[in-house]
Amino acid sequence: MRYGSHEAVKGIDLDVSHGEIFAFLGPNGAGKTTTVEILEGFRRRSGGDVCVLDEDPASAGSAWRDRIGVVLQDSAPEPGLSVRECLELYAGYYRTPRDVDETIELVGLTARAGAMGTELSGGQRRRLDVALALIGDPDLIFLDEPTTGFDPSARRATWQVIAGLRHLGKTIFLTTHFMDEAEFLADRIAVLAAGSIVAEGTAKTLGGRDHLATTISFTLPRAAKATLPKGLRPLIESGTNGTSVIRSESPLVHLQMLSHWALEQGLELADIDVRRPSLEDVYLSLTAQQPGKGKR
Amino acid sequence: MIGLSMHEFRYNLRAFLRNSQSRFFTLALPVLFLVIFASVFGGHGSTTEINGGRIDTSVFYVPGIIALGIISASFINLVISITAQRESGVLKRRRATPIPASSVIAGRVLTSVVVALSITAVLLAIGWGFFHAHVPARTAPALAVTVIVGAATFCCLGYAVASLISDSDSAQPITQSIMLPLYFISGVFVTTSVLPRWLVDVAAVFPVRHLAAALLAAYNPHTTGAGFAWSDLLVVAAWGLGGVLIAVNRFSWQPRSH
Repeated sequence: MRYGSHEAVKGIDLDVSHGEIFAFLGPNGAGKTTTVEILEGFRRRSGGDVCVLDEDPASAGSAWRDRIGVVLQDSAPEPGLSVRECLELYAGYYRTPRDVDETIELVGLTARAGAMGTELSGGQRRRLDVALALIGDPDLIFLDEPTTGFDPSARRATWQVIAGLRHLGKTIFLTTHFMDEAEFLADRIAVLAAGSIVAEGTAKTLGGRDHLATTISFTLPRAAKATLPKGLRPLIESGTNGTSVIRSESPLVHLQMLSHWALEQGLELADIDVRRPSLEDVYLSLTAQQPGKGKR
Repeated sequence: MIGLSMHEFRYNLRAFLRNSQSRFFTLALPVLFLVIFASVFGGHGSTTEINGGRIDTSVFYVPGIIALGIISASFINLVISITAQRESGVLKRRRATPIPASSVIAGRVLTSVVVALSITAVLLAIGWGFFHAHVPARTAPALAVTVIVGAATFCCLGYAVASLISDSDSAQPITQSIMLPLYFISGVFVTTSVLPRWLVDVAAVFPVRHLAAALLAAYNPHTTGAGFAWSDLLVVAAWGLGGVLIAVNRFSWQPRSH
């Protein structure tokens, strides 16, 4: 996809299977919205093959749109219509719409069904958007940064709604720049940086996260250092605030050695901390790398 | 297609009626204008020179303000609401659904035409009841056709202008700065017989003059026959066609200002 001389996204290769929640993760300006707009049929691509629900979105018609739901990154409520009227209006566009009241309940807006769309809070507007995307009972739903600009409780509420869609058997294509959002919701994640996919996998395995070293940190009394078992001594690195750190690829073995030794010495190691690399650690290292040179 | 257009129309009309700004500018303001102009300048045997003779000034204002009412309902209101809905992403979300573009447009145009017909009926009744502005039965069909052609044309022009404006805040000032001067030189606020020749010639290029003239023909007691002002209607319709051509080439469903 090209804008003038700037290539917004290139060589993206994606497969999303039926019934999964797929998260497209990347920093602002990475090309997420460009990609999702190509998939939604809003934008023409300069090259490549795209197939969404067996059709090319660039030429797909009403019958195809009947099977997708779209939550745009930025869209205001319908002016002059209540929540229920918005949904009745949109229900009329589809061949087999869902029940209006049931859909309102699904997104938790029953108490606000009679309110004008413009009277809703930011989080409620987003949930109305989700309801509008669901009303046609689509097979595939696009959610473009559904919680950007939300306070934490509104984000949680929206996540619960999205997670609930999994039980309806919908396929969901989610773009986000929040790690925790992708981790909470997605079955599979692809990380986009500077227009290319730099990693793809589940939240647990992304970027080799499952093979990355676990960090064990603790404060070691100076006198005790000399008595450390031989197997551990060369692994000790110094961490922040005078802590000692072991980066371990077999954390169970090293923890067992460490605790055995500490109990023998009568040491508490009260501040011991064992941490798996977070998705954020993986993401930051992935998006900082030049595409093509990263760990796959 | 027709069913979907009607569905779209019902919700459009409901949203229109709930908007106090569109109610005021589209429904209340033309009534206010008619009462003020016809009362201030009409009465006391005041007459105005028109084609074929003179008529009461208060009667003269009725077709003029009907033209203003049609233009407010179809052109100004449409440009303002469409640019606002486009820039806020409402139109884009519509395009993500199966409803065809033609049904969205037809529903919106139908709203404007129905509102234009309603405001025409109100102004007609006020003119009839308070200012003795009678439409002879033989010219009534011509009046109805003119209102519909006018409303349709100004909807098309509304889509054309909306496709050229990129910012919803400028919709109101742009539409008003186009229309206000045209009202003054097109026989809406003052009769063209008091204007300098060159201003009348300028006005003759634009559709407002021809819409007002065609409406006046239906009210003019000196009109003979059915009162169809064919040449005026033709100019109005030609502008409508030009509007369609611009809209088809330039209209966008997605926000333009980023």
